[in-house]
Order: sequence, then C-alpha cells, then structure tokens
Amino acid sequence: MSLGEILSFAFIQRAILAGSLIAAVCSILGVFLVLRRMSLIGDGLAHTTFGSVAVVLLLGASPLYVTLAALPLVLISSLAILKLTSSKKIFGDAAIGVVSSIGIAAGIVLASLSGGYNVDLFSYLFGNILTVNQTELLLSLVVFAVVAGSVIFFYQDLFAVTFDEELARSMGIKTNRINIILFLLTAVAAVLAMKVTGIMLVSAMLILPPLTALQLTVSFKATIAVSAVFSVLSVICGIIFSFMLNIPAGGTIVICNVLFLFISFVIRKILPAANSQLIN
Amino acid sequence: MSVNVISVEKLTFCFNGIEVLQDISFAVEKGSYLGVAGPNGSGKSTLIKNILGILQPRQGNVYLFGQPLASFREWNKIGYLPQRLAALNTHFPGTVREIVQLGAGRKADSRNISRVLQMMEIEHLSSRPIGELSYGQQQRAMLARALASKPELLIFDEPTTALDPQTRENFYHLTHDLNLQQGTTIILVTHDTGVLGNYARRLLYLDKKIIFLGTFGDFCASAEMTDIFGGASQHIICHQHDRRSA
Repeated sequence: MSLGEILSFAFIQRAILAGSLIAAVCSILGVFLVLRRMSLIGDGLAHTTFGSVAVVLLLGASPLYVTLAALPLVLISSLAILKLTSSKKIFGDAAIGVVSSIGIAAGIVLASLSGGYNVDLFSYLFGNILTVNQTELLLSLVVFAVVAGSVIFFYQDLFAVTFDEELARSMGIKTNRINIILFLLTAVAAVLAMKVTGIMLVSAMLILPPLTALQLTVSFKATIAVSAVFSVLSVICGIIFSFMLNIPAGGTIVICNVLFLFISFVIRKILPAANSQLIN
Repeated sequence: MSVNVISVEKLTFCFNGIEVLQDISFAVEKGSYLGVAGPNGSGKSTLIKNILGILQPRQGNVYLFGQPLASFREWNKIGYLPQRLAALNTHFPGTVREIVQLGAGRKADSRNISRVLQMMEIEHLSSRPIGELSYGQQQRAMLARALASKPELLIFDEPTTALDPQTRENFYHLTHDLNLQQGTTIILVTHDTGVLGNYARRLLYLDKKIIFLGTFGDFCASAEMTDIFGGASQHIICHQHDRRSA
C-alpha cells in the first residue's frame, strides 16, 4: 500500500492530526519540566490517570468520554504532587512516587472490583491513537490552543521560573501561580497522551522531544520549537510505520522519538559547531 | 518629602524554629549607598530575601518605595544580583541575551539590551547559552540582567565572589558611578568590609540583629566596632573610606 493510500484513510488522518497536536502540547510543556528536573511528573500523572480511568470505567462511563471523565481526578492529583513537592520535608521525586503509587494501587484495586482487567483498560495502558474519535480530536485541538496560548502569554514568567525560581520571585513573579498553571496543563496533556502512547509511555512524550531539542539548539525559544517539531515528526512517522508493519502505534511513536534522540546525540558529537550554525 | 526606597520595621525571620533575624528595623533613603556586612551565617542574604519577598518574615513589615511589599508591583525599579543561582543547570539553553532580556521585562528594548551587554563586556557572548559560560562570565551576564531595566534600586548579594581582581574593581567602580551619576540607590552585601570602606556611605553590620547602623564616620568612632574588628582593621576600613571620600 502506497503512502498516499495510507494517508487517505480518515482514521489515519484523525490519528495524525490528534497525535500531532497532543505531541506538540507534551513536548512544549516537557521543555519546562525537563529543565526543572521534573520530568518524572509525567510518570506520576500517567499512573494517576490509570487510577482515574479505572474509577471512570468502574462507574460505567461511555468509552467516548473516558478521557474527559478522568480529567478532574488527574488535575487534583497534579495539585497534590505540587503541594507535596513544595513541602520541605519531602523530596520532589519522592512526592511524585507517593502520588504515583496511590494512582497505580487504586487502579489495580478498582480494576479488580470491576471484574478484572478488561480490554478498555488495556487500551489505555498501551494507547490506541488509531481509534481516536471526533470528540477526542476536538479536545486535542482545544487543549493545544489553551497550552500554546498559555505558554505565549506567560512565556516570560515560565522562562524566569525555569531559569531560577528564587530569582523569579525577586522579580515579583507569582511563582506558585505559574507552577500551578504548569502542573495543571501537564495533567491535561498526560490524560490526552494516554490515547497516543498509553499510560505506560506518557512520560516519553514529555521527556524525549525536549531532550532531542536540547542536543541541537542554543536558545530557549529554539528549544521549544525544535522539541515540538521532533514530537510531531515522531507521531507522523510512528503512525505510518505502525500501519505499514502492523505493529502498535504507541510503541512505534516512542521508538521514533528515541531514534531522533539518538540521531541528535550523533549530530552533537560529530558536528558541534555546524549544528549551532544550523539551528540558531 | 522623599519616600524611603526601603523601610523595614521590626522584621523577624525564623527557619526551622530558630530566629535567623531578630527585630530588624532600618530605612534606606533614595540615592544612598548602603553596605551590609556581617560574619558568615549572620543573616545578610536572608535579610535581602525577606526584603524582596523571596522569603516570608514571621513578623514585621517591609515597604518598597513607600508601598507594602504585598501590594508592590513596580519590580522593574529593582535590580537584584543574587549570591549564586540556586541551581543553574549547565544544559540550560537560554542565551545570555535571553537572560538579560528577562531583566528588562515584557517591554525589552533591544538597543538597551545591547547597551548593558556592552557595558559588561559580554556582547560577544550574547548568543551563547548561559550554562556553558564560566562562573565569572555568568555573573557578568547576571549583572547585565540586573541593570537591564534601568533600576532605581540595585541590590547586590556577594556579587564579586567569582570575578577576577580587575573585573571586581571595574564592578565596584560601576556601582559607584551609578550611585553618584544616576542617583541609583545601591545596597551591597559583602563580608569584605574593606570594600565597603571604599564605596559605601552607610554601613549596616548584622549578626542576626543589627549591631551597627550608621555612617562611616560613626563607624570609625564606634567602640563596639573596634571590639568586633580590632583597632587596626577598623583603621584600614576608615582610612580607605576617607581616601575615597576625599
């Protein structure tokens, strides 16, 4: 089957469009998280999403609205992680571990109560971007617009907080408010990303594109742009290859992300001067 | 009547139940050059962080340009150079120009950014990521950031630790010129009291509470300070101050 024929399928077009929007959202937020050494928040929120999805499925929600229904619980969890990481008594990574454990434990218990692991739950664990529906596509578009708008509007504040939180506070920036915005947006991104790569690989969407961009770019703005470009390329390549080779889309997308990271490492090693000229 | 740039009233700060600052009250007038000195752990940086709202005092009030800290919004009037960045990531991709623009705020003027980059002699580094620079170069970039908004108040917390002697001297000359020629209010925190004798007109000596606050003339005549510094050291500081004043 030719590339043109593959791209002519409506479900492939929906998958590429929704996947690209979600990947761009994750990769943009990921730059701020990676640089603040909060990469694993994606894992924590994904595990919480597992618990939230289990709750929603137990309550018998329609599969069409699981993403929306899981959102409130994940948003609350993101604030719990923020509260715990702000505590001087608990290290940030340990705080993520606490919330993560609660999410997984709740998911396992609730899945068991609902009659064991069923197909629906597995589709959220490992993703299924090819089944994305119109509601989820629309939701992806709205979230993309909200995240892009928020990053543009709060760019100076986000940049300052990422550079040095204490310095940002000395500039009158309400760092708590910025952290809440960042965590809530990440929670929304994590819920959407579970459709693309599955709960198990959500953190890959947040971490790999920013890491790739960091190997190649020499400015903050360029890092955000390049991160988004690589994440979208990974989604497009991943979906096409998964369809051609009949392998899971989520895993293939992540493998594409890893390949781009590897290539960026090689470029940085071989062409340290050339790449800065190219991208800057 | 001129409004004090900073007023601190009965400020007390605790960390883990221990009082790090006790009942601190003082004011800084517009156009003054205040040196803040004290031994290690005396609360110098903590005081600055309380003034800037980075830390929250247990008791007391801080006023900036006549407004309570909680309602103060004109942060572009203040330039702050911290002792060291809390956790500068060496992989941080922000360029020197991006960092300096941060200081200028949303209405960054590129000519002004270039001016401060030139002033700090780091224009050639403007497109380099700050994480890749030496500590001294980073500190000059951070100073450029502090100057970018043309602030009325500059607060320096141990600013010259990583600078070579020539750059350090240039830095102090710059603060002196900003104070005298542009009327910028300067607060310089350092444990190098000799430097303060050269440049500052008033001295606040801190050791959890205010031990001394006054002009250098008072400082030189203070028996308490003689006890702390020893007569010879006090004489050197006062001599440097007299020479600069002359």
